[in-house]
Amino acid sequence: MTLDLLRFTTAGSVDDGKSTLIGRLLYDSKQVFEDQLEHVAQASARRGGSGALDLALLTDGLRAEREQGITIDVAYRYFATARRRFIIADCPGHQQYTRNMVTGASTADVAVVLIDARKGVLEQSKRHAFISALLGIPQMVVAINKMDLVDFSRERYEELVEEFEAFARKLRGGSNPRHTQMSYIPISALEGDNVVERSPRMEWHDGQPLLEFLEEVEVAYDHPYDKQARFPVQWVIRPANGTAGPGESGDYRGYAGQLASGALRVGEQVVALPSGLHTRIAAIDTYDGELEEAQAPMSVTLRLEDELDVSRGELICRAEEVPTVSRELQADVCWLNERPLRAGGRYVIKHTTRGATAIVDELQDVVDVHTLERASAPEQLALNDIGRVRLRTSTPLAFDPYRANRRTGSFILIDETTNETVGAGMVGAG
Amino acid sequence: MSVAERPQLSHLRALESEAIHVMREVAAELEKPVLLFSGGKDSIVLLRLAEKAFRPAPFPFPLMHVDTGHNFPEVIEFRDRRVAELGELLIVASVQESIDSGRAVEETGPRASRNRLQTVTLLDAIAQHGFDAAFGGARRDEERARAKERIMSFRDDFGQWDPKNQRPELWNLYNGRIRKGENVRVFPLSNWTELDVWEYIAQEQLEVPSIYFAHEREVFERDDMLYAWREGTQLIDGEQIFTETVRYRTVGDMSCTGGVRSHAATLEEVVVEIAATRITERGETRADDRVSEAAMEDRKKAGYF
Repeated sequence: MTLDLLRFTTAGSVDDGKSTLIGRLLYDSKQVFEDQLEHVAQASARRGGSGALDLALLTDGLRAEREQGITIDVAYRYFATARRRFIIADCPGHQQYTRNMVTGASTADVAVVLIDARKGVLEQSKRHAFISALLGIPQMVVAINKMDLVDFSRERYEELVEEFEAFARKLRGGSNPRHTQMSYIPISALEGDNVVERSPRMEWHDGQPLLEFLEEVEVAYDHPYDKQARFPVQWVIRPANGTAGPGESGDYRGYAGQLASGALRVGEQVVALPSGLHTRIAAIDTYDGELEEAQAPMSVTLRLEDELDVSRGELICRAEEVPTVSRELQADVCWLNERPLRAGGRYVIKHTTRGATAIVDELQDVVDVHTLERASAPEQLALNDIGRVRLRTSTPLAFDPYRANRRTGSFILIDETTNETVGAGMVGAG
Repeated sequence: MSVAERPQLSHLRALESEAIHVMREVAAELEKPVLLFSGGKDSIVLLRLAEKAFRPAPFPFPLMHVDTGHNFPEVIEFRDRRVAELGELLIVASVQESIDSGRAVEETGPRASRNRLQTVTLLDAIAQHGFDAAFGGARRDEERARAKERIMSFRDDFGQWDPKNQRPELWNLYNGRIRKGENVRVFPLSNWTELDVWEYIAQEQLEVPSIYFAHEREVFERDDMLYAWREGTQLIDGEQIFTETVRYRTVGDMSCTGGVRSHAATLEEVVVEIAATRITERGETRADDRVSEAAMEDRKKAGYF
């Protein structure tokens, strides 16, 4: 399906051309405003450049970052072409910022992985690719940058594609198959080759330039009709007697939420989980009127035929398409906090709209991001580690494997005492 | 079903749906939210989103305006009318009262502004009413400090934002757990651009204050911006008052919000103008952001919107 709105991630550090690439996309798609350009021109001059505009400065962040020459956190950037609107989650690339890559990747449709044509496939690119695959990003485009510095060499490009493919095969294979589509584009962000316009200096490459790729790429993974319907109840709308709006009776009871996946129609037989109550959809309400059908990711309000005790945290789905309902689950967890995760740890878990307490029954393995090998039974998961755990929860959760459903297969862990978000979890297929 | 037959959600509908989801999460997880309504275009959109999220019930939170006392009268008139139409409760937190009670000290001189003082009034009002969440209309495309801020942004018990230590925000799972005295600021329009806001206002046929449309006004020029002249404004040497056809791209304090020369008199004309503009809204109209390279970053750390 072609989305009107596409979210993609980039990851990288100060010197690998990521900021220049984003600056180039914004500049060449004419999304840079005059006052921003003036600011960049002034800053370029002040920092003693050659007089050329340093497009990387378009993505300049906070003062603290400029002072230290680092990027602290994910920055979100926006641009549009005649064909699509884009949201870039621009992530810093250092090892200690794995958690930011995970944050950016969690909502992305496409990952743009950068490789410096001179340096080859570095660890950082591998980590970004691994996280993108782990987080279920359906499309990955590997942009082989700085082609101007290798004389636009076809041999070098093909060598790097082969090297990356070898790594990508490992990502796809093993015990952890993912469904990420790969594409490769040779570019020069600095000089603009194959970013917006096809490069006359690399006619041997017959693929699309990067922007055209981003405009046209199909993101089939999350299409509502390819998935079972999942509707987590967020909020029960029940105007108190006497305060209902004009024409509304006081006994209105609507279940408000956002369709996490799939589509639901009026009249369908549904079940609320984990309570297991069966009923039919009586109506689908929106502020703009009733609908016959709602599809992800619409926010709507369902009315049900029977008066049931359904509340926030219940999941409504078709009676014949139910997810797993259990108090035990296995998941990959990316650890986001300095205080490590250990077996026996106790956390608040937030899954869809449901909160519970979770206990870590077992820490099964930890992934080495360089080799993709899993070492079993580690002592702990430290900051930025990714590993598999078994959790037990205080109340049943209704979940799908993350691979099948990014919304109902994901959760966060929250520290009970500090209230910090400490872990990002993806439910395994087991 | 073939691809062509599949219904599509426009990007405005997708952004709307995301924002409604955010508002319902906050209503469900926080004890006492408030929605900051200034009468400006972004908070006008927030009100429509709140209607879409919670009707036919009343909003599960009051509205609040931090009133500097230097607002455009057209905006205050609109604010009160819109609130009455909705039948919701509006709290007005007054910067003048903060000054009168000695909590805030008025700046002096021709460039005096109450912009910074709003932070005092806002934090006091949040504490006085015990609010633990405040919805605001800020967008990430506005400014580089905002580009890094979370949709649900944690504030400590001094109201401070710590950009180096933000809670990770994954998928659409928001962590609204806080201690007493702390609060969250919530920005449902984080992923909207200025053009999205205007297209949405046009799509929904929302009323906006008249100053967003071209009108004649007595102005004076300072720092390449056109400021509204009003009784009591101190002119600096050589500044002249003249009449110009202007409209406003942002609605802030009269003392720090500039108008732009424009003939856009309808919503459709405003959308066309914004789509073609080559200058950012804050760069064009907000003196408060011109103070330094990090003006917004500094104010946000201190508890600003």
